[in-house]
Amino acid sequence: MASLKELKLRIGSVKSTQKITKAKQMVAAAKLRKAQAAAEAARPYGERLEAVVASLASKINVNASSPKLMAGTGKDDAHLLVVANSDRGLCGAFNSNIVKAAVTKARELQADGKKVKFYLVGRKGRPVIARTFPGLVVGSYDTTAMKQPSFAEAHDIAVDLLARFEAGEFDVAHLFFSTFKSALAQIPTEQQIIPVSIPAGEAAAIDATVEYEPDEESMLAELLPRNVSIQIFKALLENAASEQGASMTAMDNATRNAGDLINRLTIEYNRSRQAAITTELVEIISGAEAL
Amino acid sequence: MALHFELVTPEKLVRSDEVYQVVVPGTEGDFGVLEGHAPFMSTIRDGEIQIYASAGAAPEILPIQGGFAEVSEKGLTVLAEKVG
Repeated sequence: MASLKELKLRIGSVKSTQKITKAKQMVAAAKLRKAQAAAEAARPYGERLEAVVASLASKINVNASSPKLMAGTGKDDAHLLVVANSDRGLCGAFNSNIVKAAVTKARELQADGKKVKFYLVGRKGRPVIARTFPGLVVGSYDTTAMKQPSFAEAHDIAVDLLARFEAGEFDVAHLFFSTFKSALAQIPTEQQIIPVSIPAGEAAAIDATVEYEPDEESMLAELLPRNVSIQIFKALLENAASEQGASMTAMDNATRNAGDLINRLTIEYNRSRQAAITTELVEIISGAEAL
Repeated sequence: MALHFELVTPEKLVRSDEVYQVVVPGTEGDFGVLEGHAPFMSTIRDGEIQIYASAGAAPEILPIQGGFAEVSEKGLTVLAEKVG
């Protein structure tokens, strides 16, 4: 059995761990509220842009001359997996869930004989992916300087991706991130961002007499890259909210575990303290009797 | 006589107002939008958007960057990447 002093030290250290996890939990809760508000605020823009792109796309016949972003390169060989992770840990299985989804997809694509490349956003997924698929990480984007995802950041990523697309580095790009459902549930999600998948069915809402300036094709050519940026921005925001949610849940669990551990250790400490006292008393009494 | 005007950036909804007239810097030239404008859609260039709260008032001027404007029966919506 551990000595009294050891137990006392142990209890002290668990207590300070608990303090840290508790503080982190509260910070995550506050940040979660902010991240959710940001995600909420970004929604109108995304929705409108999507509706407009859908209505434009429904008016144009996809053919060889239509923008590559929409029609694709005509091939399906090289896939780029864009994996968005967080920069910090202490958020449970948040990062590993996203990475797992990406790795599964990559294996599937490789089994089909496709070429797979990775583009990483954020710091946490890098070691795992670089180890599992050595040499396949073609680029990454550093988000450590950013406190909250901004549109400028998403735009930079989109510009980088589009340049690679134009250069013919890949034919299809998938984005992996985590959709925020609640503080308890974050769903790793895969979305195809290039070529742009046009949501069907919404187009009918805008009637046919709209005038365009410039014409539909050039407008679409201008809007599609924007659409890519906004999709990435949306994913980054969802990711930020999910990260805080996951962090909150994980830290809540950790705090509770630490509490349980402290209780157990305290009982053990009291028991051994009492045992020591009893032994001492027995020694004194039997010593006195012997006289 | 009021035009419903919304100015949206990716980060937030900047304005949602009833105004008299808005002059938007379109790619092919500035255009003014009053109430009852025919459905219209245009990309915009970097420039200044002028918002007239009422007929005679001095316009409020906001610099905007990149995006597009959409006029529908519901009013004018400007989606800009950056405002100010």
